[in-house]
Amino acid sequence: MSVVITAIVVLLILALIFGAILGYAAIRFRVEGDPIVDQINALLPQTQCGQCGHPGCKPYAEGIANGGEPINKCPPGGESTIQALADLLDVEVLPLDAEHGEEKPRTVAYIREAECIGCTKCIQACPVDAILGAAKQMHTVIVDECTGCDLCVEPCPVDCIDMVPLPTTPQNWKWDYPLPPQGVIATDRGAL
Amino acid sequence: MTEFALILVSTILVNNFVLVQFLGLCPFMGVSSKLETAIGMSMATTFVLTLASILSYLTFQYILVPFELEFLRTISFILVIAVVVQFTEMVVHKTSPLLYRVLGIFLPLITTNCAVLGVALLNTNRAEQTFMKSAIYGLGAALGFSLILILFAGLRERIAIADVPKPFQGAAIGMITAGLMSLAFMGFTGLIRL
Repeated sequence: MSVVITAIVVLLILALIFGAILGYAAIRFRVEGDPIVDQINALLPQTQCGQCGHPGCKPYAEGIANGGEPINKCPPGGESTIQALADLLDVEVLPLDAEHGEEKPRTVAYIREAECIGCTKCIQACPVDAILGAAKQMHTVIVDECTGCDLCVEPCPVDCIDMVPLPTTPQNWKWDYPLPPQGVIATDRGAL
Repeated sequence: MTEFALILVSTILVNNFVLVQFLGLCPFMGVSSKLETAIGMSMATTFVLTLASILSYLTFQYILVPFELEFLRTISFILVIAVVVQFTEMVVHKTSPLLYRVLGIFLPLITTNCAVLGVALLNTNRAEQTFMKSAIYGLGAALGFSLILILFAGLRERIAIADVPKPFQGAAIGMITAGLMSLAFMGFTGLIRL
């Protein structure tokens, strides 16, 4: 009988000691927030365009980190963002999901100011506050702030907003792959 | 010193825990599809196995033996292993979120890795066990596990791009490869007797 009691007491004390160690470790090694969300967010293009179905880039990052969202829903980021996310999360590279749009060259909004009627609708649509203006005053776009999400094009009642491709700089220059020559073989040209 | 070297060779090659004693087969099949994950898992398991081997030796020698409670070793070793794994998980989560994410479910699953409990139990069965010997024994077992896991992950990465007949694709060819590796490791039998 005494063996049983010793056994219970010894195991209890052992368990209490280990519990104390784990309790201390839980406080000592507490993780604030989820650092992986910030890392994913840093890789997203921050256009806040909502093409992925989330209200912005941060919610999409949270969706990827916690909700198991696929990494291929970001058209503005395109191929390079998917590659970077795949490297970070150690998952397979997926082709861009065409349902959410296709990769386009980076653009900025341009307001043809002579036609602007000052309705402020585009200001309300802009997710990054890149449009300057007031009611009945002409609006203009701050080029450095604009992410090219084209959310302001739709609400404009007079269609005075154009999406203009950014001028080529060393940062956004891309190699133009030479296309394979078409119709070199006679049968391809249909001239059998 | 020679004795420690012999223990290492014995646990890594001759009595390899995965291929000769058939312990720890779950992570062996589960985490070996990608080389990077396999390396991460090997490192986590090496750490846990060595630490668990030392701690379970201490628990056995200084708590269970004096109270004549040797029959409690299974449950107390499981307790020790669970604590070490939980502790490792916290430290990894804090220091390397990426590794934490890559290892995912397999990190807590080290608790149920029978190689860890196997090492702790086999450790107490061996005569004249000392602190250093049990540490080396755990380290050797972990290194053997890592070696096999990484070798197997490398093989499976090659198999993934090979033209495998349809009935053998996936787990089947993995099992066959594991069997062939096991046959190869059986060749070390008799190299050392401990």
